[in-house]
Amino acid sequence: MHVTLSVNGTEHALDIDPRTTLLDALRDHLDLTGTKKGCDHGQCGACTILLDGKRINSCLTLAVMHEGDAITTVEGLSTPDALSPLQAAFVAHDGYQCGYCTPGQICSATGMLEEIAAGWPSHVTDDLEADPALTREEISERMSGNLCRCSAYPNIVDAIAEVGGAAK
Amino acid sequence: MKPASFRYVRPNSVAEVCEVLAAEPDARIIAGGQTLTPMLAMRLARPSVLVDIHRIGELIGISRVDGAVVIRSATRQVDALHSAIIDEDLPLLAKALPWVGHPPTRTRGTVGGSIANADPSAEIGLVAVTLDAEIVLADGEDEEVVLAEDFFIGPMLTVASPSACLTEVRFPRRPDGRLGVGFQEISSRKSDFAFASAAAQLVLDADGACSELRVGVGGVGDVPLKLDAEALCGTRLADAEIRDFAVAAMADVETVGDLHASEAYRRRAGAALIAKAIIEARQGALNTGSSGGRNVG
Ligand code: FES
Ligand code: FES
Repeated sequence: MHVTLSVNGTEHALDIDPRTTLLDALRDHLDLTGTKKGCDHGQCGACTILLDGKRINSCLTLAVMHEGDAITTVEGLSTPDALSPLQAAFVAHDGYQCGYCTPGQICSATGMLEEIAAGWPSHVTDDLEADPALTREEISERMSGNLCRCSAYPNIVDAIAEVGGAAK
Repeated sequence: MKPASFRYVRPNSVAEVCEVLAAEPDARIIAGGQTLTPMLAMRLARPSVLVDIHRIGELIGISRVDGAVVIRSATRQVDALHSAIIDEDLPLLAKALPWVGHPPTRTRGTVGGSIANADPSAEIGLVAVTLDAEIVLADGEDEEVVLAEDFFIGPMLTVASPSACLTEVRFPRRPDGRLGVGFQEISSRKSDFAFASAAAQLVLDADGACSELRVGVGGVGDVPLKLDAEALCGTRLADAEIRDFAVAAMADVETVGDLHASEAYRRRAGAALIAKAIIEARQGALNTGSSGGRNVG
Protein backbone atom coordinates (compact mmCIF):
# COMPACT_ATOMS: atom_id res chain seq x y z
CA MET A 1 0.00 0.00 0.00
CA HIS A 2 1.20 3.49 -0.81
CA VAL A 3 1.84 6.09 1.89
CA THR A 4 3.87 9.28 2.05
CA LEU A 5 5.43 9.91 5.45
CA SER A 6 6.84 13.27 6.39
CA VAL A 7 9.70 12.57 8.79
CA ASN A 8 11.97 15.27 10.20
CA GLY A 9 10.90 17.58 7.41
CA THR A 10 11.56 15.14 4.55
CA GLU A 11 8.83 13.39 2.54
CA HIS A 12 9.26 9.68 1.98
CA ALA A 13 7.08 7.81 -0.48
CA LEU A 14 6.75 4.22 0.68
CA ASP A 15 5.08 1.12 -0.59
CA ILE A 16 4.43 -0.94 2.50
CA ASP A 17 2.22 -3.67 3.91
CA PRO A 18 -0.60 -2.04 5.94
CA ARG A 19 0.43 -4.22 8.88
CA THR A 20 3.66 -2.21 9.31
CA THR A 21 3.70 -0.16 12.50
CA LEU A 22 5.03 3.37 12.32
CA LEU A 23 7.97 2.15 14.44
CA ASP A 24 8.89 -0.58 11.95
CA ALA A 25 8.46 1.82 9.03
CA LEU A 26 10.92 4.25 10.65
CA ARG A 27 13.48 1.63 11.57
CA ASP A 28 13.24 -0.92 8.76
CA HIS A 29 12.13 1.16 5.79
CA LEU A 30 13.69 4.57 6.49
CA ASP A 31 16.76 3.36 8.43
CA LEU A 32 15.99 5.77 11.25
CA THR A 33 17.11 3.42 13.99
CA GLY A 34 17.32 6.05 16.72
CA THR A 35 13.74 5.20 17.69
CA LYS A 36 13.93 1.98 19.70
CA LYS A 37 11.69 -1.04 20.07
CA GLY A 38 11.40 -2.21 23.67
CA CYS A 39 8.12 -3.98 24.24
CA ASP A 40 6.31 -3.30 20.95
CA HIS A 41 2.99 -2.90 22.75
CA GLY A 42 2.87 0.44 24.46
CA GLN A 43 4.35 -0.35 27.85
CA CYS A 44 7.88 1.04 27.80
CA GLY A 45 8.04 4.28 25.80
CA ALA A 46 11.32 3.41 24.00
CA CYS A 47 9.57 4.10 20.67
CA THR A 48 8.24 7.55 21.63
CA ILE A 49 8.25 10.06 18.76
CA LEU A 50 6.52 13.38 18.15
CA LEU A 51 3.48 13.49 15.88
CA ASP A 52 2.52 17.05 14.98
CA GLY A 53 4.52 18.00 18.09
CA LYS A 54 2.65 15.64 20.45
CA ARG A 55 4.33 12.56 21.90
CA ILE A 56 3.03 9.14 20.90
CA ASN A 57 4.22 5.54 21.01
CA SER A 58 5.15 4.66 17.42
CA CYS A 59 4.67 0.93 18.09
CA LEU A 60 0.96 1.55 18.76
CA THR A 61 0.06 2.95 15.40
CA LEU A 62 0.19 1.84 11.78
CA ALA A 63 2.33 3.71 9.28
CA VAL A 64 -0.54 3.90 6.74
CA MET A 65 -2.56 5.97 9.22
CA HIS A 66 -0.06 8.84 9.03
CA GLU A 67 -0.26 10.23 5.51
CA GLY A 68 0.49 13.95 5.80
CA ASP A 69 1.28 14.00 9.54
CA ALA A 70 4.48 15.74 10.67
CA ILE A 71 6.64 13.08 12.33
CA THR A 72 9.71 14.01 14.38
CA THR A 73 12.13 11.35 15.61
CA VAL A 74 15.18 11.75 17.83
CA GLU A 75 17.27 12.21 14.65
CA GLY A 76 15.18 15.29 13.86
CA LEU A 77 15.81 17.06 17.16
CA SER A 78 19.40 18.09 16.46
CA THR A 79 22.65 17.38 14.65
CA PRO A 80 25.61 15.52 16.22
CA ASP A 81 27.57 18.78 16.66
CA ALA A 82 24.67 20.78 18.00
CA LEU A 83 22.68 18.75 20.49
CA SER A 84 19.21 19.84 21.57
CA PRO A 85 19.11 21.33 25.08
CA LEU A 86 17.60 18.10 26.45
CA GLN A 87 20.19 15.92 24.75
CA ALA A 88 23.01 18.08 26.14
CA ALA A 89 21.43 17.92 29.60
CA PHE A 90 21.15 14.11 29.43
CA VAL A 91 24.89 13.98 28.66
CA ALA A 92 25.77 16.48 31.39
CA HIS A 93 23.67 14.70 34.01
CA ASP A 94 24.47 11.15 32.90
CA GLY A 95 20.78 10.48 32.31
CA TYR A 96 21.33 6.90 31.13
CA GLN A 97 23.39 3.76 31.45
CA CYS A 98 22.83 1.50 28.45
CA GLY A 99 21.08 4.30 26.55
CA TYR A 100 18.37 2.12 25.06
CA CYS A 101 15.47 4.08 26.52
CA THR A 102 17.17 7.44 25.93
CA PRO A 103 15.79 8.44 22.49
CA GLY A 104 12.28 7.74 23.80
CA GLN A 105 12.98 9.64 27.02
CA ILE A 106 14.26 12.64 25.08
CA CYS A 107 11.40 12.73 22.58
CA SER A 108 8.90 12.29 25.41
CA ALA A 109 10.53 15.02 27.51
CA THR A 110 10.57 17.34 24.49
CA GLY A 111 6.81 16.87 24.08
CA MET A 112 6.25 17.08 27.82
CA LEU A 113 7.97 20.46 28.19
CA GLU A 114 5.74 21.77 25.39
CA GLU A 115 2.68 20.51 27.29
CA ILE A 116 3.88 22.33 30.41
CA ALA A 117 4.51 25.49 28.39
CA ALA A 118 0.94 25.20 27.10
CA GLY A 119 -0.25 25.05 30.73
CA TRP A 120 -1.62 21.48 30.67
CA PRO A 121 -2.14 20.27 34.23
CA SER A 122 -1.25 16.71 35.25
CA HIS A 123 -2.53 14.24 37.74
CA VAL A 124 -0.44 15.67 40.54
CA THR A 125 -1.04 19.37 39.85
CA ASP A 126 -2.75 20.87 42.88
CA ASP A 127 -3.80 24.24 41.60
CA LEU A 128 -5.51 23.75 38.25
CA GLU A 129 -5.82 27.47 37.60
CA ALA A 130 -2.15 28.43 37.94
CA ASP A 131 0.59 27.50 35.48
CA PRO A 132 1.99 24.09 36.51
CA ALA A 133 5.36 24.27 38.29
CA LEU A 134 8.03 21.83 37.20
CA THR A 135 8.56 19.90 40.42
CA ARG A 136 10.28 16.50 40.48
CA GLU A 137 6.91 14.96 41.23
CA GLU A 138 5.40 16.63 38.16
CA ILE A 139 8.26 15.39 35.97
CA SER A 140 7.96 11.80 37.26
CA GLU A 141 4.19 11.76 36.76
CA ARG A 142 4.38 13.25 33.30
CA MET A 143 7.18 10.89 32.24
CA SER A 144 5.45 7.79 33.68
CA GLY A 145 5.02 6.28 30.19
CA ASN A 146 8.82 6.02 29.76
CA LEU A 147 10.53 3.20 31.60
CA CYS A 148 14.27 2.89 32.14
CA ARG A 149 15.47 -0.66 32.73
CA CYS A 150 18.78 0.70 34.05
CA SER A 151 16.84 2.88 36.45
CA ALA A 152 18.66 6.10 35.62
CA TYR A 153 15.56 7.96 36.80
CA PRO A 154 17.17 10.41 39.25
CA ASN A 155 19.55 11.67 36.57
CA ILE A 156 16.84 11.73 33.91
CA VAL A 157 14.72 13.91 36.19
CA ASP A 158 17.74 16.17 36.89
CA ALA A 159 18.34 16.66 33.17
CA ILE A 160 14.71 17.47 32.43
CA ALA A 161 14.44 19.76 35.46
CA GLU A 162 17.44 21.74 34.30
CA VAL A 163 16.08 22.30 30.81
CA GLY A 164 12.52 22.88 31.99
CA GLY A 165 13.71 25.35 34.62
CA ALA A 166 15.88 27.20 32.14
CA ALA A 167 13.03 27.41 29.66
CA LYS A 168 10.68 29.05 32.12
CA MET B 1 5.41 -7.50 11.15
CA LYS B 2 3.35 -9.67 13.42
CA PRO B 3 -0.37 -9.25 12.61
CA ALA B 4 -2.23 -11.54 10.26
CA SER B 5 -2.78 -9.92 6.91
CA PHE B 6 -5.63 -7.42 6.47
CA ARG B 7 -6.80 -4.77 4.03
CA TYR B 8 -6.82 -1.15 5.17
CA VAL B 9 -9.53 1.31 4.19
CA ARG B 10 -10.15 4.91 5.18
CA PRO B 11 -13.78 5.91 4.55
CA ASN B 12 -14.80 9.56 4.67
CA SER B 13 -18.14 9.36 6.45
CA VAL B 14 -20.13 7.28 8.92
CA ALA B 15 -22.37 6.16 6.05
CA GLU B 16 -19.34 4.80 4.20
CA VAL B 17 -18.08 3.08 7.37
CA CYS B 18 -21.44 1.35 7.73
CA GLU B 19 -21.30 0.22 4.10
CA VAL B 20 -17.93 -1.44 4.60
CA LEU B 21 -19.02 -3.03 7.87
CA ALA B 22 -22.19 -4.42 6.28
CA ALA B 23 -20.27 -5.89 3.37
CA GLU B 24 -17.41 -7.36 5.41
CA PRO B 25 -18.45 -9.38 8.44
CA ASP B 26 -14.84 -9.64 9.69
CA ALA B 27 -14.07 -5.93 9.38
CA ARG B 28 -12.89 -4.08 12.43
CA ILE B 29 -12.86 -0.36 13.21
CA ILE B 30 -9.61 1.32 14.25
CA ALA B 31 -9.57 4.82 15.74
CA GLY B 32 -6.67 5.46 18.13
CA GLY B 33 -5.43 1.88 17.94
CA GLN B 34 -3.89 1.95 21.41
CA THR B 35 -5.38 -1.44 22.27
CA LEU B 36 -6.13 -2.82 18.84
CA THR B 37 -2.58 -2.47 17.49
CA PRO B 38 -1.09 -4.86 20.09
CA MET B 39 -4.14 -7.13 19.75
CA LEU B 40 -3.42 -7.36 16.03
CA ALA B 41 0.24 -8.09 16.75
CA MET B 42 -0.70 -10.87 19.16
CA ARG B 43 -3.26 -12.08 16.64
CA LEU B 44 -6.00 -11.82 19.24
CA ALA B 45 -7.75 -9.76 16.56
CA ARG B 46 -7.62 -10.98 12.95
CA PRO B 47 -9.85 -8.69 10.91
CA SER B 48 -10.12 -9.10 7.15
CA VAL B 49 -10.38 -5.32 6.77
CA LEU B 50 -9.29 -2.53 9.08
CA VAL B 51 -11.58 0.49 8.84
CA ASP B 52 -9.76 3.65 9.91
CA ILE B 53 -12.18 6.26 11.29
CA HIS B 54 -9.69 8.54 13.03
CA ARG B 55 -9.97 11.39 10.53
CA ILE B 56 -13.73 11.39 10.00
CA GLY B 57 -14.72 14.94 10.97
CA GLU B 58 -18.30 14.08 11.94
CA LEU B 59 -16.95 11.66 14.57
CA ILE B 60 -14.84 14.27 16.35
CA GLY B 61 -15.94 16.89 18.86
CA ILE B 62 -17.44 17.63 22.26
CA SER B 63 -20.67 19.61 22.61
CA ARG B 64 -23.54 20.45 24.93
CA VAL B 65 -26.88 19.13 23.71
CA ASP B 66 -29.92 19.65 25.96
CA GLY B 67 -28.95 18.30 29.36
CA ALA B 68 -26.08 16.19 28.05
CA VAL B 69 -22.45 16.44 27.11
CA VAL B 70 -22.03 14.65 23.79
CA ILE B 71 -18.60 13.27 23.01
CA ARG B 72 -18.22 12.05 19.44
CA SER B 73 -16.52 8.67 19.34
CA ALA B 74 -13.19 9.47 17.64
CA THR B 75 -12.48 12.42 19.95
CA ARG B 76 -9.01 12.01 21.41
CA GLN B 77 -8.67 11.41 25.15
CA VAL B 78 -6.17 14.28 25.34
CA ASP B 79 -8.76 16.66 23.86
CA ALA B 80 -11.37 15.48 26.36
CA LEU B 81 -8.85 16.05 29.14
CA HIS B 82 -8.42 19.68 28.10
CA SER B 83 -12.04 20.41 27.27
CA ALA B 84 -13.66 23.30 29.12
CA ILE B 85 -17.09 21.72 28.55
CA ILE B 86 -16.05 18.52 30.31
CA ASP B 87 -14.29 20.49 33.02
CA GLU B 88 -17.48 22.43 33.78
CA ASP B 89 -20.29 20.00 33.02
CA LEU B 90 -18.75 16.58 33.53
CA PRO B 91 -16.44 16.84 36.52
CA LEU B 92 -16.46 13.09 37.21
CA LEU B 93 -15.05 12.36 33.76
CA ALA B 94 -12.56 15.22 34.19
CA LYS B 95 -11.41 13.53 37.39
CA ALA B 96 -11.10 10.09 35.76
CA LEU B 97 -9.32 11.06 32.52
CA PRO B 98 -5.83 11.58 34.00
CA TRP B 99 -5.98 7.91 35.06
CA VAL B 100 -6.45 6.75 31.46
CA GLY B 101 -3.16 5.31 30.18
CA HIS B 102 -0.34 7.86 30.10
CA PRO B 103 0.25 11.04 28.08
CA PRO B 104 1.55 9.42 24.86
CA THR B 105 -1.35 6.91 24.73
CA ARG B 106 -3.88 9.67 25.47
CA THR B 107 -2.56 11.61 22.45
CA ARG B 108 -3.89 8.85 20.19
CA GLY B 109 -6.49 6.97 22.24
CA THR B 110 -10.12 7.96 21.72
CA VAL B 111 -13.10 8.21 24.06
CA GLY B 112 -15.32 5.98 21.89
CA GLY B 113 -12.51 3.49 21.35
CA SER B 114 -12.12 2.99 25.07
CA ILE B 115 -15.86 2.34 25.42
CA ALA B 116 -16.11 0.04 22.38
CA ASN B 117 -13.09 -1.89 23.59
CA ALA B 118 -14.95 -2.74 26.84
CA ASP B 119 -11.96 -3.46 29.02
CA PRO B 120 -13.52 -4.04 32.46
CA SER B 121 -10.77 -1.98 34.09
CA ALA B 122 -11.15 1.04 31.79
CA GLU B 123 -11.92 4.37 33.45
CA ILE B 124 -14.14 5.94 30.78
CA GLY B 125 -16.48 2.94 30.71
CA LEU B 126 -16.76 3.07 34.49
CA VAL B 127 -17.74 6.74 34.40
CA ALA B 128 -20.26 6.02 31.62
CA VAL B 129 -21.93 3.29 33.69
CA THR B 130 -21.85 5.33 36.91
CA LEU B 131 -23.52 8.33 35.24
CA ASP B 132 -25.97 6.35 33.07
CA ALA B 133 -24.46 7.61 29.84
CA GLU B 134 -26.06 6.62 26.55
CA ILE B 135 -24.05 4.99 23.81
CA VAL B 136 -25.13 5.69 20.25
CA LEU B 137 -24.52 3.17 17.48
CA ALA B 138 -25.01 3.64 13.75
CA ASP B 139 -25.89 0.45 11.91
CA GLY B 140 -26.68 0.93 8.24
CA GLU B 141 -29.53 3.42 8.16
CA ASP B 142 -30.48 2.71 11.78
CA GLU B 143 -29.43 4.41 14.96
CA GLU B 144 -29.52 2.56 18.26
CA VAL B 145 -29.18 4.13 21.70
CA VAL B 146 -28.01 1.83 24.50
CA LEU B 147 -27.67 2.61 28.20
CA ALA B 148 -24.03 2.14 29.29
CA GLU B 149 -25.05 -0.43 31.89
CA ASP B 150 -26.62 -2.59 29.17
CA PHE B 151 -23.81 -2.00 26.67
CA PHE B 152 -21.08 -3.99 28.42
CA ILE B 153 -21.73 -7.73 28.64
CA GLY B 154 -18.29 -9.18 29.38
CA PRO B 155 -14.56 -8.52 29.16
CA MET B 156 -13.97 -6.92 25.72
CA LEU B 157 -17.57 -7.78 24.85
CA THR B 158 -20.49 -5.45 24.12
CA VAL B 159 -24.00 -5.68 22.69
CA ALA B 160 -22.87 -3.76 19.57
CA SER B 161 -23.30 -5.84 16.42
CA PRO B 162 -20.23 -6.27 14.18
CA SER B 163 -21.92 -4.04 11.60
CA ALA B 164 -22.38 -1.14 14.04
CA CYS B 165 -20.18 1.94 14.41
CA LEU B 166 -20.14 3.71 17.78
CA THR B 167 -20.77 7.36 16.91
CA GLU B 168 -21.15 9.16 20.22
CA VAL B 169 -21.49 8.90 23.97
CA ARG B 170 -24.04 11.11 25.72
CA PHE B 171 -23.18 11.83 29.34
CA PRO B 172 -25.82 13.53 31.51
CA ARG B 173 -24.63 16.95 32.61
CA ARG B 174 -23.70 17.36 36.30
CA PRO B 175 -26.61 18.11 38.62
CA ASP B 176 -26.81 21.59 40.14
CA GLY B 177 -26.12 22.17 43.82
CA ARG B 178 -23.23 21.27 46.08
CA LEU B 179 -21.60 18.66 43.91
CA GLY B 180 -18.56 16.53 44.64
CA VAL B 181 -16.83 13.84 42.64
CA GLY B 182 -14.29 11.15 43.50
CA PHE B 183 -12.23 8.70 41.47
CA GLN B 184 -9.87 6.10 42.93
CA GLU B 185 -7.86 3.32 41.40
CA ILE B 186 -5.15 0.79 42.20
CA SER B 187 -2.78 -0.92 39.77
CA SER B 188 0.62 -2.59 39.92
CA ARG B 189 2.29 0.47 38.50
CA LYS B 190 1.05 3.88 37.45
CA SER B 191 -0.91 3.90 34.18
CA ASP B 192 -1.24 0.12 34.10
CA PHE B 193 -4.57 -1.73 34.10
CA ALA B 194 -6.53 -1.19 37.32
CA PHE B 195 -7.09 -4.13 39.65
CA ALA B 196 -9.96 -2.15 41.06
CA SER B 197 -11.33 1.35 40.60
CA ALA B 198 -14.26 3.33 41.94
CA ALA B 199 -16.16 6.45 40.90
CA ALA B 200 -18.58 8.58 42.93
CA GLN B 201 -20.64 11.69 42.27
CA LEU B 202 -22.89 13.21 44.91
CA VAL B 203 -24.91 16.27 45.84
CA LEU B 204 -25.31 17.61 49.37
CA ASP B 205 -28.39 19.58 50.39
CA ALA B 206 -28.28 22.81 52.45
CA ASP B 207 -28.06 20.80 55.71
CA GLY B 208 -25.15 18.73 54.48
CA ALA B 209 -27.21 15.59 53.90
CA CYS B 210 -26.72 13.58 50.74
CA SER B 211 -29.55 14.18 48.28
CA GLU B 212 -28.12 12.31 45.32
CA LEU B 213 -25.39 9.72 45.02
CA ARG B 214 -24.02 7.71 42.14
CA VAL B 215 -21.36 5.08 42.71
CA GLY B 216 -19.63 2.67 40.34
CA VAL B 217 -16.89 0.07 40.67
CA GLY B 218 -14.60 -1.17 37.90
CA GLY B 219 -11.84 -3.69 37.33
CA VAL B 220 -13.22 -6.17 39.86
CA GLY B 221 -15.50 -8.23 37.63
CA ASP B 222 -16.34 -8.83 33.98
CA VAL B 223 -17.89 -5.40 33.40
CA PRO B 224 -17.93 -2.01 35.17
CA LEU B 225 -20.81 -1.94 37.64
CA LYS B 226 -23.18 0.70 38.91
CA LEU B 227 -24.06 0.23 42.59
CA ASP B 228 -27.37 0.92 44.28
CA ALA B 229 -26.48 3.74 46.67
CA GLU B 230 -30.02 4.44 47.92
CA ALA B 231 -28.99 3.38 51.46
CA LEU B 232 -26.70 6.41 51.84
CA CYS B 233 -29.13 8.99 50.46
CA GLY B 234 -30.56 11.21 53.17
CA THR B 235 -27.62 10.49 55.50
CA ARG B 236 -24.81 12.89 56.36
CA LEU B 237 -22.29 10.43 54.95
CA ALA B 238 -20.33 9.65 58.10
CA ASP B 239 -17.12 7.72 57.38
CA ALA B 240 -18.41 4.63 59.19
CA GLU B 241 -21.67 4.61 57.22
CA ILE B 242 -19.74 4.92 53.98
CA ARG B 243 -17.41 2.05 54.88
CA ASP B 244 -20.30 -0.22 55.88
CA PHE B 245 -22.05 0.58 52.61
CA ALA B 246 -18.90 -0.16 50.58
CA VAL B 247 -18.26 -3.53 52.25
CA ALA B 248 -21.91 -4.54 51.89
CA ALA B 249 -21.97 -3.46 48.24
CA MET B 250 -18.90 -5.50 47.39
CA ALA B 251 -20.29 -8.57 49.19
CA ASP B 252 -22.81 -8.95 46.34
CA VAL B 253 -20.31 -8.43 43.52
CA GLU B 254 -18.90 -11.41 41.67
CA THR B 255 -15.18 -10.61 41.53
CA VAL B 256 -12.59 -12.24 39.30
CA GLY B 257 -9.15 -13.50 40.32
CA ASP B 258 -5.99 -13.67 38.23
CA LEU B 259 -2.22 -13.80 38.55
CA HIS B 260 -2.07 -10.23 39.83
CA ALA B 261 -5.00 -10.01 42.21
CA SER B 262 -7.17 -12.70 43.79
CA GLU B 263 -10.97 -12.59 44.02
CA ALA B 264 -10.73 -11.81 47.72
CA TYR B 265 -8.20 -9.03 47.12
CA ARG B 266 -10.41 -7.42 44.50
CA ARG B 267 -13.36 -7.56 46.89
CA ARG B 268 -11.39 -5.83 49.65
CA ALA B 269 -9.71 -3.33 47.33
CA GLY B 270 -13.04 -2.56 45.66
CA ALA B 271 -14.66 -1.79 49.03
CA ALA B 272 -11.73 0.37 50.14
CA LEU B 273 -11.74 2.36 46.90
CA ILE B 274 -15.52 2.81 46.90
CA ALA B 275 -15.30 4.28 50.39
CA LYS B 276 -12.36 6.52 49.42
CA ALA B 277 -14.15 7.75 46.28
CA ILE B 278 -17.31 8.65 48.22
CA ILE B 279 -15.30 10.38 50.94
CA GLU B 280 -13.35 12.29 48.29
CA ALA B 281 -16.62 13.36 46.66
CA ARG B 282 -18.13 14.36 50.01
CA GLN B 283 -15.10 16.54 50.83
CA GLY B 284 -15.30 18.10 47.39
CA ALA B 285 -18.96 18.95 47.90
CA LEU B 286 -18.34 20.36 51.39
CA ASN B 287 -15.61 22.59 49.95
CA THR B 288 -17.93 24.12 47.36
CA GLY B 289 -20.00 25.90 50.01
CA SER B 290 -23.77 26.05 49.74
CA SER B 291 -24.08 27.86 46.43
CA GLY B 292 -22.78 25.05 44.28
CA GLY B 293 -20.20 25.69 41.62
CA ARG B 294 -17.60 23.61 40.01
CA ASN B 295 -15.33 21.18 41.67
CA VAL B 296 -12.77 19.38 39.64
CA GLY B 297 -9.92 19.41 42.10
S1 FES C 1 8.23 -0.26 22.06
FE1 FES C 1 6.58 1.12 21.96
S2 FES C 1 6.08 1.40 24.04
FE2 FES C 1 7.58 -0.16 24.13
S1 FES D 1 19.51 3.76 30.17
FE1 FES D 1 19.27 1.64 30.01
S2 FES D 1 17.14 1.47 29.85
FE2 FES D 1 17.36 3.52 30.37
